[in-house]
Amino acid sequence: MHVGNYLGLVHGSEERLVDVLRKVARHHRDEPDVEQTCLLLAAWSEKHLKFLRPLVEKYGEEKNPEPDDLEVALFHGPRTGSLGLLRDLHDLWLMSNEVQLCWTVLEQAAQALRDDDLERVCKECGKETKRQTAFFLTRIKQAAPQALVVA
Amino acid sequence: MTQTRDSINDIWGARTPHGADASWPERVDEHITDTPDRWVRGTCVLCSNGCGLDIGVKDGRIVGVRGLATDVTNKGRLGPKGLHGWVANNAEDRLTRPLIRRDGRLQEATWDEAMELVVRRSKEIVEQHTSGAVGFYTSGQLFLEEYYTLAVIGKAGLGTPHMDGNTRLCTATAAAALKESFGSDGQPGAYEDLDVTDTIMHVGHNVASQQTVLWMRILDRLAGPNPPKLIVIDPRRTFTAEKATVHLAPRVGTNVALLNGLIRLVIEAGAVDRDFLDAHTVGYDALKKTVETYTPERVEELTGVPARDVRAAGEILATTRTLVSTVLQGVYQSMQATAAAVQVNNLHLVRGLIGKPGSGILQMNGQPTSQNTRETGADGDLPGFRNWGNPDHIRQLAKLWNVPVNKIPHWSPPTHAMQIWRYCETGSIKFLWIQATNPAVSLPELGRIRRILQKEDLFVVVQDAFMTETARLADVVLPAAIWGEKTGTFTNVSRTVHISCKAVEPPGEARSDLDIFLDYARRMDFRDQDGSPLIRWDDARGAFEAWKECTRGRPCDYTGLTYEKLLAGSGIPWPVNERHPDGTLRLYTDGVFPTGADEAETYGQDFDTGASVTAEEYRANDPKGRALIKPAEHQEPHEVPDDAYPLWFTTGRQVYHFHTRTKTGRARALAEAAPDAFVQLSQEDAQRYGIEQDDWVLVESRRGAIIERARIGNIEPGLVFVPWHYGSWDDPSRPRAANELTLTEWDPVSKQPHYKYAAVRISRYDAKDALPPMGLMSRTIDAARGLIGRHGDEAASAKSEFARPKTTQRVDG
Ligand code: SF4
Repeated sequence: MHVGNYLGLVHGSEERLVDVLRKVARHHRDEPDVEQTCLLLAAWSEKHLKFLRPLVEKYGEEKNPEPDDLEVALFHGPRTGSLGLLRDLHDLWLMSNEVQLCWTVLEQAAQALRDDDLERVCKECGKETKRQTAFFLTRIKQAAPQALVVA
Repeated sequence: MTQTRDSINDIWGARTPHGADASWPERVDEHITDTPDRWVRGTCVLCSNGCGLDIGVKDGRIVGVRGLATDVTNKGRLGPKGLHGWVANNAEDRLTRPLIRRDGRLQEATWDEAMELVVRRSKEIVEQHTSGAVGFYTSGQLFLEEYYTLAVIGKAGLGTPHMDGNTRLCTATAAAALKESFGSDGQPGAYEDLDVTDTIMHVGHNVASQQTVLWMRILDRLAGPNPPKLIVIDPRRTFTAEKATVHLAPRVGTNVALLNGLIRLVIEAGAVDRDFLDAHTVGYDALKKTVETYTPERVEELTGVPARDVRAAGEILATTRTLVSTVLQGVYQSMQATAAAVQVNNLHLVRGLIGKPGSGILQMNGQPTSQNTRETGADGDLPGFRNWGNPDHIRQLAKLWNVPVNKIPHWSPPTHAMQIWRYCETGSIKFLWIQATNPAVSLPELGRIRRILQKEDLFVVVQDAFMTETARLADVVLPAAIWGEKTGTFTNVSRTVHISCKAVEPPGEARSDLDIFLDYARRMDFRDQDGSPLIRWDDARGAFEAWKECTRGRPCDYTGLTYEKLLAGSGIPWPVNERHPDGTLRLYTDGVFPTGADEAETYGQDFDTGASVTAEEYRANDPKGRALIKPAEHQEPHEVPDDAYPLWFTTGRQVYHFHTRTKTGRARALAEAAPDAFVQLSQEDAQRYGIEQDDWVLVESRRGAIIERARIGNIEPGLVFVPWHYGSWDDPSRPRAANELTLTEWDPVSKQPHYKYAAVRISRYDAKDALPPMGLMSRTIDAARGLIGRHGDEAASAKSEFARPKTTQRVDG
């Protein structure tokens, strides 16, 4: 049984997402939509962490060192300028996809386990994670032409 | 001088009551200062109502106006703005020659010099930085022909995605909400629905002050037999609220919670129209689930509206046979703007009250011609309500204009106004062309806007009739003709297209906005892909004909309209085409909505984040003609009062002024009736802060400070109100523009800025008493400097003393 492994993975990934969302919000205050939306999305991920708590108790959590490497690869700390903003959103998109994949993997396991609670949490959180990704993508598409072509 | 009534002191005039079974009687209002030698057909351009009128001319000057008895919009009536606003055309301080900034000062130039400079800078900047370095910021006050010409220049000539205007501040949410619910922009109902309806609900809309003639229409129903019930949602006790059957005063920023509560009561009462929902909508179940928790008690907690009042309104909404809802800035400029506006649509959908006489939704516009910016694509939309995410729609435009598809920017949503300003701030937009609007007073956080306008690496062109606060900061000022001095059409909230004709010549060398755009296009030598001129028209009529082609087969079909038809006696509501030669009173009478994936103007956005729904996602659940019901959960406003800034701040317009008072402030009767801004606060707060009526009050937010006189009463404790758009042109002595204080923040979907809430602190301010506290002095000096302009030369008249009250405000509606 390796459900604990993925619970650990999604737990760690959501925690990092909260952390990075907060950092990006703080750093890009001059972009009010980025600031406000990142704070909102951080609140969603925090809620996900709360949902995870009883499941972690139930299944145990096997922390995997891998996500730490992932963070280093994805996010060194917020960057400045229009290209910097684009790159920060780029990393957030990748990170939210990482979370999304975890929810999908866990949802599959939940079905096999016939664990309705776990399945419901995966569905609900997965839906919101998708909305996070969609925001990053929309904002990336908006920022990219100006950042790459004009400034 | 002839004046049929004193509209300043008697804003709405005598009643002409009628019941739902009779039509609205005529009443012709007139105000002339001399006997005209001729009357010219016009339309009032001082609010979004668009009243038909005649312009009286004597010896080549406008001498007055009279309402057009045959017009469907006003049946002859005019309000104080309509009766007096024309005086501004004759103002002494009209701009009459182009100005170019030389050696730091704006100096007179010829049109050739000014236009050559504009063209040279455009070309240089496009060459060095691409057209992505060029931005346009237009108005809600030009004519349709001008907007369309501008849209073609921007989208097919230059190919820049950065086109928007101040309609982003007034009406963007109306468009967004209509698109999200019904697939396309355009009001489902009509003003005529007010004549027959059982219930009217005004949400964040002080119609009595903003659209005085529309309010006359409602007052006449209220005074007649079987008057409609009136629900008013507004945190202030306005003129409108005074007439309400139920007045709900929610805390600013809590509209979604309140509307969810009302929808919940309608569902609970079993008043939903199941057949309509099943046949014509998708998404009801999610709405039902979302609103479940919004009990009257929870709504009271979230909004401050007593549960019994919520219930009273809910009962009316659950039992009424017909309903007209109007929505304006109290929703659009507040937290969750689009989400809240959509809940009003949802309320109509769950009750099936749409597309029938007496049941209309009027997602209002703040400005007279803002509907046309949305139609023509001079704002952040595409012409003819086309969807930027739909390649077929882009191909249609490319074919129409005979340009390559990839010339038209459509790779991401067109840049919204707030983002245009941000690009100017960060330096990637280097050329900004502003027309007939005054962002240095109307945008949020004015200190920031002034800094941007004064940036050395931003070339600013301002096209206006007056030396506005914005024009003073420009590099080139182009003198423009205004209403009465040019011919064109515009469309009101009721989708009704009106024509307004040239009655007199513009002063000096001023030119119509259309002529300026055409001149620019010629000098830029914009061509289509066969080498012919891109702009194939040279007057308003030609532009109108070109526009008609652009609308063929679109929801806003103008193809059946001609200037002659529009001159025949009244405005005509679109679509007007072969099938509907006399126009269309109501949309969606068959319950079929333009939501099919091939037709829809948008694939939708996430209400909380603004994330776009992709074409594939939309197609997967293609609503195919059904309206979309989209729920929303309440969210707390982004800035809330705290220890440092303990009060809620809100802003709004008054009955006697329009936009930044550029015109109404120059019409003597209007200026004298509302000469100055003020801060409205409750008796309780006045006592707490030791403030008395007419005392000077310092109002501070995290972004700036203003000094206003106190007016006490008619407002909830904890909330203060300042009328917006009092700038510095007629009083540079003190910072007084409400937007010194407001937030740089916007709705995720419509991108409309949040003007309706901020956290502030207040204190009694007496310049004689003592020096202002540390920090404040420099802030006010900074603000005053900013008002004066970058070089200070044109403001030699700025007084150093703080002004004393000029006259007492007559009303504060
Ligand atoms: S209601 Fe509006 S359009 Fe009509 S007269 Fe008044 S300002 Fe003009």
